[in-house]
Amino acid sequence: MSAAAERPAQAAVSTGDLIDFVYDETELIDSRRLEDWLALFAVDGIFWAPLTPGQPDPDLHTSLFHEDRLLLQLRIERLHSAKAYAQQPLSRCHHVVQRPQVLEADDAANRYVVTAKMVYVETRLDEQIVLAGRLTYTLRREDAGLRIVLRRLDILNCDAALPSIQCFP
Amino acid sequence: MSVASAHGAPGAGYAGNPDRIRALVQGDRIHRDLYIDQEIFDLEMAHLFPNTWVYVGHDSQVPETGDYYTTTIGRQPVIMVRGEDGAVHVVMNRCAHKGARLVSQVHGSTGKMFRCPYHAWAYKLDGELLGIPLKQGYEGTGLAACDAVKGLARPAGVETYRGFVFCKLNPGGLSFRDYFGDSLSSFDNMVDRSPEGRLTVAGGVLRYMHDCNWKMFVENLNDAMHPMVAHESSAKVAKDLWARVGSKDQKPPMAVEQLAPFASSYRFFDEMGVRVWPNGHSHTGVSHSIHSGYSDIPGYQQAMEAAYGEARAAAILQEARHNTVYYPTLTIKGAIQAIRVARPIAPGRTLLESWTFRLEGAPDELLRRTVMYTRLINAPTSVVGHDDLHCYRAIQEGLQAGGNEWISLHRNHRPDEPVDREGVENGTSEISMRNQYRAWAKFITQDMEVAADSQAAAE
Repeated sequence: MSAAAERPAQAAVSTGDLIDFVYDETELIDSRRLEDWLALFAVDGIFWAPLTPGQPDPDLHTSLFHEDRLLLQLRIERLHSAKAYAQQPLSRCHHVVQRPQVLEADDAANRYVVTAKMVYVETRLDEQIVLAGRLTYTLRREDAGLRIVLRRLDILNCDAALPSIQCFP
Repeated sequence: MSVASAHGAPGAGYAGNPDRIRALVQGDRIHRDLYIDQEIFDLEMAHLFPNTWVYVGHDSQVPETGDYYTTTIGRQPVIMVRGEDGAVHVVMNRCAHKGARLVSQVHGSTGKMFRCPYHAWAYKLDGELLGIPLKQGYEGTGLAACDAVKGLARPAGVETYRGFVFCKLNPGGLSFRDYFGDSLSSFDNMVDRSPEGRLTVAGGVLRYMHDCNWKMFVENLNDAMHPMVAHESSAKVAKDLWARVGSKDQKPPMAVEQLAPFASSYRFFDEMGVRVWPNGHSHTGVSHSIHSGYSDIPGYQQAMEAAYGEARAAAILQEARHNTVYYPTLTIKGAIQAIRVARPIAPGRTLLESWTFRLEGAPDELLRRTVMYTRLINAPTSVVGHDDLHCYRAIQEGLQAGGNEWISLHRNHRPDEPVDREGVENGTSEISMRNQYRAWAKFITQDMEVAADSQAAAE
């Protein structure tokens, strides 16, 4: 696990910590350390990928992802199933992340928001998908370090007709 | 006798040869060319889609005069628009002049008329030609005798049933009522689930590109032999995961409630039953379905009883049909207010759209439920959707193999099964697919003799 993620709760969170968090988090996915990745989510943490640009509502409007820890764990455990034919062989992915920007760092409220543009590449067999997007994290300090309250992925062409995508393997 | 030995090598010569097309559909098996052959696909676009009543959209998508929605019937671009008379019209999205698409957005408002972005030919909302700039340039020309002065081309028939808009491009054939018959009862149940008897499109549209033939999807919607196999890695893993991490006295979350039933037993799916109607329509879930066990939503039952009375409300809510197929391209889930539309692009390429609806007068929680369902099951990011598409693609590629050119649809086939009449069979029967392909053969060839006759007369 990354240094930023492990920083104790009482310590102030620096801009560098928040920037590192984004690089470290995406690297955990690319290197397929998915249990470690899942551990970065707070108990009430959510991964949300809206279906339309600027979509305000995840509840009464469909999304590409709106998943709590249970559903994310399902995706990871599914990969261990011998019957997950759609992931045989597994997809591989690669995040190219632009330098993150801190949008909010409120130690008193224990709320940190950091965002980064990125290019996401996913490949399986002879096919490769390239998506442009923006990741925006709402984080809070917990005893174990920074944890994800909301990981929002805005895909540039989220409303296009898309093929099967994993968005994390 | 194989098609090859009867008619020469498959893959060419279907056009103008209805007997040869009919030979691809036998009582209990179909030929692979239905899925992989370009000429068959082109004939579907030229005959099957124009000869059938195809779903266009829902009237709540165009509430005000001039509001439009664009889609395709087969490959043909159409506009569904609310007219000045309040009626929903369907016109071809093709300028009568040089053929430019008139409007380019999926949804929009065109005001009181359509105006071509190229040379400003203008049309009323019902398609009638309104004006041409510098009209004197056409004086003494043959324009008056040309199709262009008739305005926008229009389907031969447009019908709206409880908000759902269909059109049939070609004249002749069955009326809307005769084409759908008692299958319309699935729309009735879906709409009756609104205490106000009204649905509104809500929650966005999921658009999922499929590398497979459109018919594989339509077949699969009444295929009750695949869920426990194809969805073992999603539904059963969800079920097992909850059994491990959830506490025994805790109600499973809505997501688990929706995913787990896909892993139900063969017996569950067999006993739920399948009902077929003439012309390719059918539904699974005659007695129960994967939607039967959902938790009650507070306030909904009361709203339904206040609207319909206790007995009628109970009867409406007890009906939990699984998927109803409105052949050829629409499938609906009345029990959760979600529909899916297959839009064919090529023999091995289909766009699938998933739309959801608000039940007017019902609590928001019902929309939340259908929005969650369609995201978990039908999205390009859905693990369940991935399972299905993997199988469709496997068929699309597997059918290239020689040595066996036929697809088996023998399950529970009997010579006296219901044909051209309503019937209920065991849920895992492949009768719904046999029913679809009988309709396919009937409607794709329906206007071929006529076309051949008029061609012969012309020659």
